Order: sequence, then structure tokens, then C-alpha cells
Amino acid sequence: MLALDPSFLAVQALSGLSSASSLFITACGLTIVFGVTRIVNFAHGSLYMIGAYTAATLVPRLLELSFGPVTFWAGILASALIVGIIGVIIEILLLRRIYGAPELFQLLATFGVVLVVQDLVVQVFGPEDILGPRAPGLRAPVEILGRRFPSYELVLIAAGPIVLGLVWLLLRKTRFGVLVRAATQDRDMVASLGVNQAMLFTGTLFLGAFLAGLGGALQIPRVSANTGMDLSIIAEAFVVTVVGGMGSVPGAFLAALIIGQLQAFGILIFPKSTLVVVFLLMAVVLAIRPYGLFGRAEIVGGSHAVGIASHKPLPGRTYILLAVMAALACFPLLADAYLLKVATEILIFALFAFSLQLLIGVGGLVSFGHAAFFGLGAYGSALAVKWLDMSMEAALPLGLTLAALGAALIGAFVVRLSGIYLAMMTLAAAQILYAVAFQWVDVTGGDNGIVGVWPSSWAGGPVPYYLLTAALTLVAVLLLKRIIDAPFGYALRAARDSEARAEAIGLKVRQHRWLAFMISGAAAGLAGGLYAFSRGSVDPSLLGISTSVDALTMLLLGGIQTVAGPLVGAAVLHFLRDLIMPLTPLWRLLLGLSIIAMVLIFPRGLVGTVQYWREERA
Amino acid sequence: MTLLAVTGLHKSFGGVMAARDVDFTVERGEMLAIIGPNGAGKSTVFNMVGGQLRPDRGQVLLDAHDITHASPQKRFRRGVGRTFQVAQTFLSMSAAENVQMALISCHRQSNGLWSPARERHREKAVALLSQVGMAEAADVPCSALAYGDVKRVELAIALAGEPKLLLMDEPTAGMAPRERAELMDLTGSIATSQGIGVLFTEHDMDVVFGHAARVLVLLRGQIIAAGTPDEIRQDPQVRRAYLGDEHALERPKGLSPA
Repeated sequence: MLALDPSFLAVQALSGLSSASSLFITACGLTIVFGVTRIVNFAHGSLYMIGAYTAATLVPRLLELSFGPVTFWAGILASALIVGIIGVIIEILLLRRIYGAPELFQLLATFGVVLVVQDLVVQVFGPEDILGPRAPGLRAPVEILGRRFPSYELVLIAAGPIVLGLVWLLLRKTRFGVLVRAATQDRDMVASLGVNQAMLFTGTLFLGAFLAGLGGALQIPRVSANTGMDLSIIAEAFVVTVVGGMGSVPGAFLAALIIGQLQAFGILIFPKSTLVVVFLLMAVVLAIRPYGLFGRAEIVGGSHAVGIASHKPLPGRTYILLAVMAALACFPLLADAYLLKVATEILIFALFAFSLQLLIGVGGLVSFGHAAFFGLGAYGSALAVKWLDMSMEAALPLGLTLAALGAALIGAFVVRLSGIYLAMMTLAAAQILYAVAFQWVDVTGGDNGIVGVWPSSWAGGPVPYYLLTAALTLVAVLLLKRIIDAPFGYALRAARDSEARAEAIGLKVRQHRWLAFMISGAAAGLAGGLYAFSRGSVDPSLLGISTSVDALTMLLLGGIQTVAGPLVGAAVLHFLRDLIMPLTPLWRLLLGLSIIAMVLIFPRGLVGTVQYWREERA
Repeated sequence: MTLLAVTGLHKSFGGVMAARDVDFTVERGEMLAIIGPNGAGKSTVFNMVGGQLRPDRGQVLLDAHDITHASPQKRFRRGVGRTFQVAQTFLSMSAAENVQMALISCHRQSNGLWSPARERHREKAVALLSQVGMAEAADVPCSALAYGDVKRVELAIALAGEPKLLLMDEPTAGMAPRERAELMDLTGSIATSQGIGVLFTEHDMDVVFGHAARVLVLLRGQIIAAGTPDEIRQDPQVRRAYLGDEHALERPKGLSPA
């Protein structure tokens, strides 16, 4: 058998080691930055991508001047240094303004940087993938047990331990390193000892970005620099840091080794789903050790949650509701087919964002993978139509049920976690589903998705489908609102405000949170199903990070502290996108900048700000 | 029957013995204080009674029910109420809603998905708030209350579960001296009138000697003395434990020395 051939196994293990090395170098920077600043830097993958692009552009020019290994490695280091400086700029311009912000805002702001960098990279380096030069002196493969193995990979295998050693020396033997370790253990203590915080944080970001850039630059002889690198590496780097324990460098090394081998040999067992194996590892590790292999429980409790507070019921809310219903019902009289389609999608996303509000605004559970439930609803409905020949009336509830079941499963894992670990775990869950949808081509159609998902004939036209969506959305939102105001919603808020107090009055916090996941997942699944039928098709992007971030952006835009926020946020975001996207190729840049701006100067969101003004006046 | 009986409680963290062979009892209507220098193991013992920590050995009996391994939630159902060193309330809710939440949980209605929470047990909640002198603040958000008032609301929350035993971890920490005496007087009168046993840790010796019926002194995880405030004040071992801080054990001003 092929798999048992020792030379094959050896080569497979070696290639696992080399990807472990690359992964470690990148993830090590992420974990150091988290340890000191407590920020999970989504833009770390972007720095990695910039490193690869810079090296792939810079190194060939240098090699033209003077060909040789020294030039090659100097070029790699220079690229990493440039990325380090970019890291410093990001720290000064953005990160130092959000160290005290809730972690949801930190994640979103750094994701804003991801979006900005995606467009900027295309502007600076062009839309083509760039293949870098091969390393001089390392072009010939070596023979290992009769098999050819690229010699550059052997250098990479050595690079990981070398970086680990250098980082270890830096952290153990220098004053900067002592401060980094001290800040990782107790940031407030370091601050109160009169250490120059700004310098420490800027230096840490330089180190982290340098390592990301190095990780990226080292890739150029293996893979061409491309615009998808940022999100694919960040997902893996997240897994490594979470499995290793956030802030732990040795943990990251061990985790990278395990994951490298899992990927190398996982390919033999699940040829198409290495991603699933990797994320399953993360799920298992977090289920057993909620803070990773070498991580510690966060000393600072979860007082970071922002969310809905009690308000007096609006006077005349029955009339407002009637007016909204009338407006929704009369809209088809004024609008053309295009506007109706836009309105239908806005309603669907409003429901999607509102379902997330139950988790984040009410429960304080920062789910970063809400796309999972939206996608499950959409795929559930589409699969029911395609494989079971179901009608829309049967497929929609099926999609909803699938999403609720998925939420029950994912929720069972994540309700034990808190804060950033919960965010990472939900993200991982969504990524698993994304990988399944992408790679299980026979059933899901892979990248092409499933087409021909049309509503029943009575709901076929734009007007009937709009009315159906409006009715279902309205009912679902009202039900959710009812739940938020009911004892269950209050219990979720209680656990968010003070877990210790909630337990001391006998609330079963985990059980409540689990139920919240199921309710929220069901609502998101309904939205997903409606979306599938409105489009007539589904594809894996519905499960992707950007769909999750869309929901979060709507929430942020409308205001996390308000009930109406996500509804307004969905409308505004969708409207702006339809308005601006056709006008400029730089939509992501604009969106990213807007997200950053909102976090920095407008954290209450639209509805939240209006509410705040009203209360200030009163 | 004894309300709370703690026997042979042991807990070590690594090599550090935080509690060894701790035995004590609390009777209905009695106020028992645990004191000791920093690091003596007060919080460890306290959290083992409250359910936040599991003892290595020993037993905690409440009304003859073994609650040694019960979760905080189960203890609440058995009649344990508690307040925290840093007051823990639900800051996004009004004072009344805080107490209503406890009442909702007490009535096992926290899974209710339909009728609004703010209408449930409102009268009972306001009555509890007026018991601690906070009826006027019923509709004020907890986040807008002064810290001393938050502590009172927390007491009302703890009382909402109709506890037999009230655990108070440093109940007066962070309060002005006058507020301290008021809060403890209030606690004492409620404990006596409703027959609630109160176990509290405290740094303020005026509070301890002014309000506790009995005092336990912990040192390095062991009880070195137990008795009435007067007995404790005279105890030579206790005086040694507080060496350098002897004025702490003097009688509050205005009382003649024993």
C-alpha cells in the first residue's frame, strides 16, 4: 500500500514539518501581539500577504543587481522589515486607540484593515498573482529514501526552530523581552510600574508584523503571492494560537507542529477536507482545555460586554408597529421590480443581523461565525429542493431546522468558552462548514453551489416574494423582540452583565446561552432560506467570513445597544453597497475605512446615537 | 438543628495550604465573622461554602443536606444567598429589575419566552427594595446608582431567594464609614427578624466587633481562635497574628475597655 511506504511517509512528514514552520513563524507574531495588547489582530494575515507581495516584487529586482544567496536572503529580511514598519504605522494610527475597546470592536476594526489592505494590494501590486524567484543555491531537490524533496523546504523546516530560538533569546535576554513577558502576564501591573507603554506596544507590533512579513516572504519560492492569502493564513494562524493558548509562543510552536502533521497526513484520510480536520482539532482541544494547550484563564473578567439595556417601552409603540406594517405592505405600490428586490434583500439581512443581536447585544456572546447559520439555512433549503424535490413551503422550515440543529451542535461546544475564545471557535465552526460546502462537490456543487432554487409559483414574482419575506421577517423579528423582553432575554442579559451574580441567583447560564444559540441560529436559518429562494441559488460564500462580518457591520452601524439598530444597519449598509459598488472598484477600501471610522468615532451606531441624544436632552 | 455545619475542610493550591481542618457552624439568626490577615484563607473558606471552589476534603452541610459538591445554582435553591466583595449586580437593568430577575429565577421562570419580564414580581421586588431602603430608586438603572446603594440593591437581590444562609464577602469594602455601620445594622436586623444565618468576612474591625455574634480567626488556613468578640480581643494568639496592627483589635471608640 502506498500510504505505508516508509519513504512516502518520511516525505509526507517532512512537508508537514515545513508547513508547520511557516505557520509557526506567522502565528508566533500573532500570539505575541495578542499577549501584550490583548487584541486579536485580524490584519495579521494581511501583513503576511504584504510580506509575500513585497518579497515577490523586491527580491527579483535585487537578484538582477547581484545574483546570489546573500541577496536573496537579504531581500527576504528587507521585506519583513518593511512589513514591520507597516505594523508600526497600523499600531500608531489605529490599534492604540482601541486597546480599551470591547473585543468585538477590536476584531471589527482590524477586519476593517483587512478590507483596506485587500484593495490597496491590488492597487499597488496589480491584480495578477506574482510568482517569486527560486532561492539561489537551493534549486536542486535532494533525495530522501529515494524520493525527491525540494531543498528549499528543508531550509524552511530549519527556519521555524531558528525563529523560535531567536524569539526565545529576545524574550529571555533583553529588556524588551522581559517587558513583553511581563505585559503578557499582567498588563496593568506593567503599566503601573511606569514602563513606557506606547514604546512597548509599538515595539511589539513591529515584532509581530515583522514575523508575519517574514512568514509571507518565505513563501515566495513555493507559492505565488495572491489576494486570497490573507484570509486563508489568518484562519490557520488563529487555529494555531488558539490551540497553543493565546499569548504562548511555545504553545504556538507545538500547535503548528501538530497542525502541520495533521494536514500532511489528513490528506491521506480525508483527501478533500484538510481544513475540516484542522478545525476539528481546534474544537476538540478547546472542548477539553478551554484556554488552549498552554493558555491561562483571562484574569480580567468579561466586564467588556456592551449591549442592550432596559428602556421604558416607547409610548404608542402599537401605532408605530401598525405604521411599519402599513408601509411594508404598501411598498409594492410605489416600487419597481428592482427596488422590490433590494427591499427583499434588506429585509432578509435585517432578520439575519437581528438574529445576531440576540447573541451579541443581549447575551454578550461575540459570535464571529454567524454566517454558519445563515448558510445552513440557505443550503438546507437548496439541498431539500435539489435532492428531495421539496417545495419551498417544505424546504424553508427544513433549512430553518438544519440551522437550529447546527446551532445546537456548535453552541454545545462554545457555551463553555468566553470572550475571544468564543469568537474564534464560532469563526472556526463557520469555516468548517464553508470547507464542507466548498469541498463536498458531489452534494453541494462545490464552488458553483446549487442553482434552480426557485420559490413556489404563488410566491414567484417580485411582489409576492417581497410580501412573503416581509411577513416572515416581521413575524420573526417580533417574536425575537418578545423573547428579548421576556424572562429568558433578561436572564441572558443577566449572565452578560455579571456571570457570578447570575449563578448566585440560580440561573443556569450555559443552558440559557445554548438555547440562545438555537433560537438565534433558527432565525438566521430562516433568513438564509429566504435568501436562497430570492436568489435562486446558493454558493459557499454565504458561509464565508465576509458574510459573518456583514452581519457584524450591520449591527455596529445600527448600534449594538439598541433593538432597532440591526434593522436600520442592514438597510443602510445594503443601500450604500448598492449605491456605491457600481461606481468604484474600491468598495472594500471604503467599507473597511467606514468600519474603522465607526469603531473610532461612532461606536454607538446610528440608532444608538439618536437614542443617546434623546436621553441627554431628557 | 444547626443551619450550616462545616467539618474538616481542606484546600491546597499547589504546595500552599489555603485551608486545613476548618470546622465551624452557623446558627439561624446568628452573625458569624471570619477574620484574619491577608492570605489567611478567608476567601478560600468563603468560596468553598459559596460553591465557587471545591474543597479537597471535608464537608459542608446546610440544614443537614450535604452541599459540598453542589454548584452555586444548587446552593441557591437550597437557600444560600450571597453578596460579593465587589458588588455584582446587573448594570443594564433598573434596581427593581435586578430583584425581579432573582425572583424570576427563584420561581423557575427564567426560560419564559413570552410575557415581559418587567411585569413579573414587580410588587415583591419593590417590597424587598424598601426593606433595604431603596424603594425610591426602583426604576433607576443600577449603573447610575452610588456604590453604597448598589450594595444595598445587592443585598435585596440576595434576600429575594428567601435564603436561610447569607454569605457576605467583605460586605462593606469600598463604602464610607457611616454607610458601613448602616448596612450592617440593616443586615443584622433582617437576619434576626427572619432567622437568617449570616457568614461574613471583613477587614474593618469596627464592623466585625460591632456586629458579629461570634468571630473566627484564620491564620495560614487554620482556625486559631473562635468565640465572642470580647474573647477574640483578649486572645494572645490573635494579638500575635495581628502584631503591629494591635490597634485594630481595640474596642471601638466610646465603649469602655473590657
